[in-house]
Amino acid sequence: MKAPDFRYERPTDVEAALALLADGDAAVLAGGQSLMPMMNFRLARPQVLVDLNRIDGLAGIAEDGEALRIGAMTRYADLAGSDLIATYAPLIARALPHIAHPAIRNRGTIGGSVALADPAAEMPALLMAMGAQIALRSTSGMREVAADDFFLGLYETARAEDELVTEIIVPKPAPGTRHGFYELARRHGDYAMAGVALAVGEAVRVAFFAVSDHALRAPEAEAALASGDIDAAAAGLEGLDFHADPNADVATKKHLAGVVLRRAWAGSSTGGNTA
Amino acid sequence: MSGPRTIFDKPNRYIGQPEVRRDAKRLLHGRGQYVDDLALPRMLHAAFVRSPYAHAKILSIDVDEARVLPGVVAIYSGADLAESVEPYVGVLSHMVGLRSAPQHPLAVDTARWQGEPVVMVVAQSRAEAEDAAELIEVDFDPLPPVVDVERALDQDTPVIHDQFDSNLAWERTVEAGDIDAAFAADGVTVIDKRFTFGRHTGVTLEPRAAVAEFDPSTDRLTFHYSGQAPHMMQFIFAKHLGLREDNVRVISRDVGGSFGIKIHTYGDEVATAAAAKLLGRPVKFIADRMESFTTDIHARDHIIDAKIGVTEEGKIVGIEFDDLTGIGPFSMYPRTSAIEANQILNLTGAPYAIENYRATSRVVFMNKNMMCQYRAVGHPVAMAVADGLVEAAAAAIGMDPVEIRRKNLLADDCYPTVTATGMKLDDLSHHACLTKLIETMDYDALRADQAAARKRGVHRGIGLISMVEVTNPSPMFYGIGGAPIASQDGATVRLDAGGGLHVSSSITEQGQGTNAILAQIAAGVFGVDLDRVRVTTGDTETTPYGGGTWASRGAGIGGEAMLQAAHALKDQVLEVAAVILQGKAEALDIVAGKVVDATGGAERITLSDLARTVYYRGNELPADLEPELVATRHYRVTDFPFVFTNGAMAAYVEVDTETGFTKILNFWAVEDCGRVINPALVDEQIRGGVVQGIGGALYEEVIYDEDGQQLNTSMADYLVPMAAEMPDIVVKHVETPTKTSALGAKGAGEAGTGGAPGALMNAINDALRPMGAEVTQMPMTPQRVLRALGVV
Repeated sequence: MKAPDFRYERPTDVEAALALLADGDAAVLAGGQSLMPMMNFRLARPQVLVDLNRIDGLAGIAEDGEALRIGAMTRYADLAGSDLIATYAPLIARALPHIAHPAIRNRGTIGGSVALADPAAEMPALLMAMGAQIALRSTSGMREVAADDFFLGLYETARAEDELVTEIIVPKPAPGTRHGFYELARRHGDYAMAGVALAVGEAVRVAFFAVSDHALRAPEAEAALASGDIDAAAAGLEGLDFHADPNADVATKKHLAGVVLRRAWAGSSTGGNTA
Repeated sequence: MSGPRTIFDKPNRYIGQPEVRRDAKRLLHGRGQYVDDLALPRMLHAAFVRSPYAHAKILSIDVDEARVLPGVVAIYSGADLAESVEPYVGVLSHMVGLRSAPQHPLAVDTARWQGEPVVMVVAQSRAEAEDAAELIEVDFDPLPPVVDVERALDQDTPVIHDQFDSNLAWERTVEAGDIDAAFAADGVTVIDKRFTFGRHTGVTLEPRAAVAEFDPSTDRLTFHYSGQAPHMMQFIFAKHLGLREDNVRVISRDVGGSFGIKIHTYGDEVATAAAAKLLGRPVKFIADRMESFTTDIHARDHIIDAKIGVTEEGKIVGIEFDDLTGIGPFSMYPRTSAIEANQILNLTGAPYAIENYRATSRVVFMNKNMMCQYRAVGHPVAMAVADGLVEAAAAAIGMDPVEIRRKNLLADDCYPTVTATGMKLDDLSHHACLTKLIETMDYDALRADQAAARKRGVHRGIGLISMVEVTNPSPMFYGIGGAPIASQDGATVRLDAGGGLHVSSSITEQGQGTNAILAQIAAGVFGVDLDRVRVTTGDTETTPYGGGTWASRGAGIGGEAMLQAAHALKDQVLEVAAVILQGKAEALDIVAGKVVDATGGAERITLSDLARTVYYRGNELPADLEPELVATRHYRVTDFPFVFTNGAMAAYVEVDTETGFTKILNFWAVEDCGRVINPALVDEQIRGGVVQGIGGALYEEVIYDEDGQQLNTSMADYLVPMAAEMPDIVVKHVETPTKTSALGAKGAGEAGTGGAPGALMNAINDALRPMGAEVTQMPMTPQRVLRALGVV
């Protein structure tokens, strides 16, 4: 279980990193919590490994008017310790205790999770429920993609190979928005069997994870929750594209999606972190 | 000396005390010496090309590209190594009818499970070896795999071995009394159930590991391995590599867990030794985690259709079952892959007074990874089936599950006795353990809590199990069948000039504290402070000959040998002391490193002074005194095939009927392992065993798809319980020492693993019973619980 040969680069500014990505066949090393095992399993075999850990300015959480700007290299542990997150991104604060274990949260980054797009990871669904934007940069420029449009399939995103996820922009929730989060994991800290994040306010957003090949919005459930009808919301999951895994078939995924939705709703509240 | 020595000859400070083991500090300081820590001059590294198919013809192997890669030293195919390794067959003569085919370290012509080693690459580094392995082109022609155990014996299912007429490896029926008449009798209720047990594996922190070094000038192989049975491996390497046994040295230093995984003949390890011999250079092989999941032996995987008959009064009239288990494509060498089925035939219902019994087991070959003995061999299956039936019978006749056990458990004063299946039992305490369990868990209060929770819509359940465990096996386990596996163990105790003891033993330490109890026994019996005892285990060159640590035999057999050796040395030392002091040996004793008057305790001479006199100044001793400051004793169990232990356990669980998730609220284990040498270590053995049992009951399952591809080969998707999944586990003891030894210790290492799954299954079903649901398939995953409830 040794990685094949690769070239290791550790640039100190974003431009240098982007130049390396532009050359092609590069993988970006952020926290390394998924990439390192994938390389050692030889499932990922980049020619060049671009280590972002020495680039200043890619990490950090800043208030920017009606949004939070979260640097891609911000680690889960830093999200957990942030008052800004607790106040303006309470969904993230609620979910963090469920994301893996302290050792992993110390290394793992928000940008890494977003770029990897594991179907069972919490972060893609959280960003969809919060209506976040994902900022991407390449040598040819910068663009922002809505989380809704970013997660396309199994480990598949809208990021082009030469693009770097640099920032996550999370709008502050409108006053009175209810937030709910619930996941079912067989062991504490595991990837979930089913999970959901929801935000119900001026906009209603419900995003599932670990039930399909990527994080999913649930439009019918959102429409029902807009009027507070949780029964209709749970019934509105029929049409979602559920995917089985070795421990849960589609029927089980569908059933558990309904359960986590009800529990997330029952546990939802307005204001900051109450999880 | 007169009469057998016992530990009651004199009270001592160590046996029975929760002494802190010295090894713990060393390991916590990172000073452990595991196989991967070894770096030998000129050492090479091995990697393997493994079959990606469950069943395939090997048409050709092209190594041209790989051979020229930098760092590559040698590449071996199955045919290459077949020239220097005699194939092995995993059968034993006492397992009558068991058959298997010759097996090579690397597949020759045909690969028979996904993960079977096919080509070996030896290179300057593991990374280079893996790079080269990737470049090797093996042309496989896939064959239809045998993956469904229930169809393995069908006419239209391919037969894995051409020389056999079917995929049947072994079949045995055990019968006692008249089960048909018992079930047909008036007033007897017969309940039948199907129990299914998933495939598990023992996940060790340290994977399998080997460093082999060969010295052609002396024809000598030294094999460093992470394992449990050095002398068995010495025989195996000698026989199959064509070496004299005395020219093979097997060393196991620190071992990071084994659980029965590291006690078998693995092709990649044999190939490592063969490569070292062919190259005359040290070769290292460390299994990575994926290799561990696809090649470390698996276990369980049984489908059992079982029946129990019970009278209206709660008397169990008999048990009947058919067991079907799929092993790998071969029976594992040398212990065979039929022992688990045999244990299930022998042990199911063994705690109970049952007169009528009929059970059949069929063991079939499959194109899946090899199966063999993993912690608590057969016990979790046998105990869960019997006690699952017992609690179902209780429910059927409206009797409390404690009450039905009281009516049917073997009486504490019935021993020695023989079970329906012919197992000789002695010194057991089922009723005492059950009583202590009921008190400890406060059974009545728990039932009240359960009822109150039910009213809140919270579904809690209480499950019990009464169990036996096979420990301290005699030669009847393996040796009788021709296996090169010692059933006796030896211990040597030596007094050194500084007054300290050096002891060595043929049992092995793999993290459980073997070395600690050996030191406690030696120090306590001989009479020195615990920190003056040095322990050597795990080296065929420097320890007495013996079996190693498995089947819960280390403390009971190796411990007794140590006790007898320490007694013998004490007698020898006191004889010398009597001459030096011009007194009588009977009037002297050894306490805390000094020879003292037996009466009064006055100090006469320190052990160091005595030893220096003997070693340096022999001129001061009479010419006819021949002092021996070293003693060796060996011990084996003679009167019984096994020394059984017993225990009673209970689980209190809460089942979330919406999600199918089970939360274990509490777990209690009352264990009778005879003399407890170190209660801290025994309690942790019980707890660790329970946790592994929780794994089997709720989390762990090796999953194969219909092509024989293993779907979960990482720690992320083969789920073992972690700290957050462990409930508080209360451990209590009833101590009924075995009369087979002076020490009186039985085994304790496997009880938790054997008992916990059945207790948990009973608890979950107790919770589900009002809903008419039942789960009898392990692991009892959320989906299986939801299906039982009819939710999905």
